[in-house]
Amino acid sequence: MNTTTTYRQATGAAFARPAAITATGLRKSYGDQLVLNGLDLTVTAGTVFALLGPNGAGKTTTVRILSTLIEADGGQAQVGGHDLAQDPGGVRASIGVTGQFSAVDGLLTGRENLILMADLHHLGRGEGRRRADALLERFDLVEAAKKPISTYSGGMRRRLDLAMTLIAGPRLIFLDEPTTGLDPRSRRELWEIIRGLVADGVTIFLTTQYLEEADQLADRIAVLDQGKLVAEGTAAELKRLIPGGHVRLRFADAPRLEAAARILEVTSRDDDALTLQIPSDGGVASLQSLLDQLRAEAISVEELSVHTPDLDDVFLTLTGKRSNPATDKEISA
Amino acid sequence: MSTQTYALTDTATMLRRNLRHTLRYPSMTMGSVFGPVIMLLLFVGVLGKTLGAGIAAAGGHHLGGYIDYIAPGVIITAVASGSMATAVAVCADMTEGIVDRFRTMPIARGSILTGHVINSMITTVVSTASVIAAALVLGFRPTAHLAAWAAAAGLLLLLTFALTWLAVAIGLVSGTPEAASNSPLPIIFLPFIGSAFAPAGSMPPGVRQFAEYQPFTPVIETIRGLLTGTPIGHNGIFAIGWCIVIGLGGYLWARTGFNRNHVR
Repeated sequence: MNTTTTYRQATGAAFARPAAITATGLRKSYGDQLVLNGLDLTVTAGTVFALLGPNGAGKTTTVRILSTLIEADGGQAQVGGHDLAQDPGGVRASIGVTGQFSAVDGLLTGRENLILMADLHHLGRGEGRRRADALLERFDLVEAAKKPISTYSGGMRRRLDLAMTLIAGPRLIFLDEPTTGLDPRSRRELWEIIRGLVADGVTIFLTTQYLEEADQLADRIAVLDQGKLVAEGTAAELKRLIPGGHVRLRFADAPRLEAAARILEVTSRDDDALTLQIPSDGGVASLQSLLDQLRAEAISVEELSVHTPDLDDVFLTLTGKRSNPATDKEISA
Repeated sequence: MSTQTYALTDTATMLRRNLRHTLRYPSMTMGSVFGPVIMLLLFVGVLGKTLGAGIAAAGGHHLGGYIDYIAPGVIITAVASGSMATAVAVCADMTEGIVDRFRTMPIARGSILTGHVINSMITTVVSTASVIAAALVLGFRPTAHLAAWAAAAGLLLLLTFALTWLAVAIGLVSGTPEAASNSPLPIIFLPFIGSAFAPAGSMPPGVRQFAEYQPFTPVIETIRGLLTGTPIGHNGIFAIGWCIVIGLGGYLWARTGFNRNHVR
């Protein structure tokens, strides 16, 4: 579905910024079940980093380790400039976490929840209440502010959850599957909120099993499978990692179509629409060589479009579903 | 760092949160008042005449009505059920995501549990006082003076504190609130197999030894002695000793349970 590729990240600029999170060799197992098997990752400050993976890949475990909830069995990490093992208090003071399971106090009202957070951050009575009310306004919860959480919809709970995370203004936020279980509209609302945070320069570590979510929000995406990163890059880079992309050429008339079909390796041809499909990784170099071939034969092209495989294809290929012939066929089709 | 300085503030914040829960959903607290009051009505109004006569015949030191004999035991039951309500509250709290949130925040972590303990102390004092008031209305006539009352109150507070830490530990290791509400039941009924409703001496062998040496018996005997003037003997020391042992054990168990609790 996502055929138009957006080159969102200026890679050069990103490297000039400091890292908000660096982790090397993180390992964790529960009993004899290995959950993380030497995880390395770097998250640049001010960017959105998405950890993508199927259920049970170790996404939540990674967030729990990096947010000090559990200790890794091995490896090291720096989070927000503090060493995870040496200074967990420093890490806690510099992060905000919104977990997969709603972390609100269900017996209090929305406003009481926010003030509870403000008090625990020692913001002071007046300042805490001011920030709570501002967040209720910003997250469209003013009407529900005085109602108990039990009356909230899933989307409202999630918005309150995020508002509670934001009350102390953390510069690094962990969002563990923030939109799982939400309806499409609530999901889009939450995406808008997350984009707003990014615009303010907040660093976001996002886990998701929705490829579209990673594609929409993330500067960099890492694919986690069985406790290891199997790929990392921008959405576009990931899409180019696997075969299955193609270039579609449209010509002005049948003779040109015929001429081009003779010199190119064509996978499909549509004489009515005057189009040819040529396999391609969508990279600049291969496009250039394709165009060079056509120019050498003096064949003009009306229209060219690049179709990279979408993240679903990448995901399925990278997370070990390669052996499935149905998937194989789909990707190469 | 800041966790040290803010321990008191954080505990106060957590206590406010817990008190709000209790006030908003008072059914557990009501339960720990109604249970003992129903016990009083049952034992005094329905069974009192026969049981009272039996105790007098067995040569109990007791001269007043049966209510004067059982009221101290019922008060202990009130303390036990009041404290044990904490297990459910703690367990329910741990299964909510909010505690995970607390753990990722730069707060004094102990405040999560101390907030529960202080809240439980306050509500148990209120529910126990209500049960004492009900006993007085039903005809309980303690002979104690102010100093004895104060000593009894002190021992009851110590018992509340000890049982609350035990309840916190049970709450932490219980997987579900249902389990947390069942596991303390033996503790609430332990006074029955003690000297709460009949003297240990009147029980068959085996049960009798258990009744004599179980923790609640010295506490009940001490409270009874302080309030109605029966002899206390060594029971005072044993009562305090048991409370310290239970409290310390509960605290240590709770601490390990809390630190291990975050694997889910």
